[in-house]
Amino acid sequence: MAETAWTAYRRLVGAQVRSQTQYRASFVADVIGSLLFGVIDVASVIVVFRVTPTLGGFTFPEVFLMTALAGYAFALGDLAVGNVERLRVYVRSGLFDALLVRPLSSLTQLAAMDVATRRVGRVAFGVVLVVVATAKASVPLTAARLTLLVVTPVAGALIFGAIFVATATVAFWWIESGEIANGLTYGGLNFTQYPITIYGTLFRRLFAYTVGFAFVAYYPALALLDRADPLGAPAMLGYVSPIVAVAAVIAAGLMWRTGVRHYRSTGS
Amino acid sequence: MLAAVVTNTVFGFLRFAVMLAILAAGARTVAGYDEPQLATFVWAGQGLIGVVLLWAPQDLAERIRTGDVVTDLLRPIDPLWQLLAADLGRAGYAACTRFVIPVVTGALVFHLYAPRRMITYALFACSALMATIVCFGCRFLVNAAAYWLLDARGPNTLWTLASGLLGGLHFPVWFFPDAMAVALIAGTPFPSIIQIPLDVLVERGSVGQQLALLAVQAGWVVAILALSRWVQACGERKLVIQGG
Repeated sequence: MAETAWTAYRRLVGAQVRSQTQYRASFVADVIGSLLFGVIDVASVIVVFRVTPTLGGFTFPEVFLMTALAGYAFALGDLAVGNVERLRVYVRSGLFDALLVRPLSSLTQLAAMDVATRRVGRVAFGVVLVVVATAKASVPLTAARLTLLVVTPVAGALIFGAIFVATATVAFWWIESGEIANGLTYGGLNFTQYPITIYGTLFRRLFAYTVGFAFVAYYPALALLDRADPLGAPAMLGYVSPIVAVAAVIAAGLMWRTGVRHYRSTGS
Repeated sequence: MLAAVVTNTVFGFLRFAVMLAILAAGARTVAGYDEPQLATFVWAGQGLIGVVLLWAPQDLAERIRTGDVVTDLLRPIDPLWQLLAADLGRAGYAACTRFVIPVVTGALVFHLYAPRRMITYALFACSALMATIVCFGCRFLVNAAAYWLLDARGPNTLWTLASGLLGGLHFPVWFFPDAMAVALIAGTPFPSIIQIPLDVLVERGSVGQQLALLAVQAGWVVAILALSRWVQACGERKLVIQGG
């Protein structure tokens, strides 16, 4: 059973990728567009450092490392489940019924059906960015740090993915939720690009600790840079991102299940 | 509407945190703005997004793709002016709602700069109106690309990037080198949408300089509308009715 489900998902994704790459020039243009969105995030940080030498007590190479980790993690999460935000369209049009009658998980189906292949552009740019940022911050490449460099973006992607799913479930209760999720998804990207020291206490408690955004880039970057946290958190926090990610995924999964139980078809 | 306002407000906190961090690094002013001016710049900017409607659904492009646009052409009014009239009405409503909420939120939490000269309020109102028209024209041109491309996704991506980065939304264009900022303001329509109204509002420079900025905007209003009219005329000749 598990294997047949896996084959079904693979076929769904495969069909999507084939259909989206059918028009070559159009697809290439979309990939470049996706890449440019990655560029713009970095450009903002570079321009900000034109007018200031430090930000929240961190120098440009240090903040750049956080920006790179955050951008890469976001790109990965966005590629995998970013289009879950279209759930509200499915709920409103009643198409969600079609997902529920199939013998596969509704969430995985939705992710598979809406996978946005063009977002590989942003992912590729994210990889380049992390490599450049690591070199620029002259992070000593020990085995432990290399592992952290590989694990952090995956954990970050899971956190962003969980946020995408959790915010999308709002549509089960509030169909006209529009862009309410953007504050946490794109806002989350914006938040994680900079050190959390720059934010006010309340905002930091909410975004960095409650939602867990501090574990996407800030704490891992401190560990990579071998810097103590100016806010006094213990150094081991740089290594707990995977645990936070798993917790976020479980929470998002529970929200999804609750949402699906609450789902009442638009009917007619 | 509510969702968009919440998002704009969250981004207000995020963007202003960066500005505060720049100030905390030592400087009393950044690129000529002091702290209250930057606060007004960020929070009024978050409100302005909804008034000029920087990111809009691509209705026209979709109508061109499906062929529905022919019904627009059958009406006895020019589609461009019809869309502009509807957009100005929408902007008027947004000015009472989407503009007010982020500004009030910002004012409750931070110290905002209030204009010292009474005339600034009038100038800002004119500037915001012209910003709305320029933004409308830019969105129209992006959508009108569908007459040729049948899809406006590519142009829309470029528009989103350029308007955010070069228009003063992510940060004031004066964070760029001065020569580049001046070139952007005079040579591209993007700063006329966010940067200029905000510079007028925070009284960057004298009344004379404010009027000069308004003149730049007026130039862009004329140029963008003329271009839109011309593109629409070419588009009508080019129009291939889909699926008919």
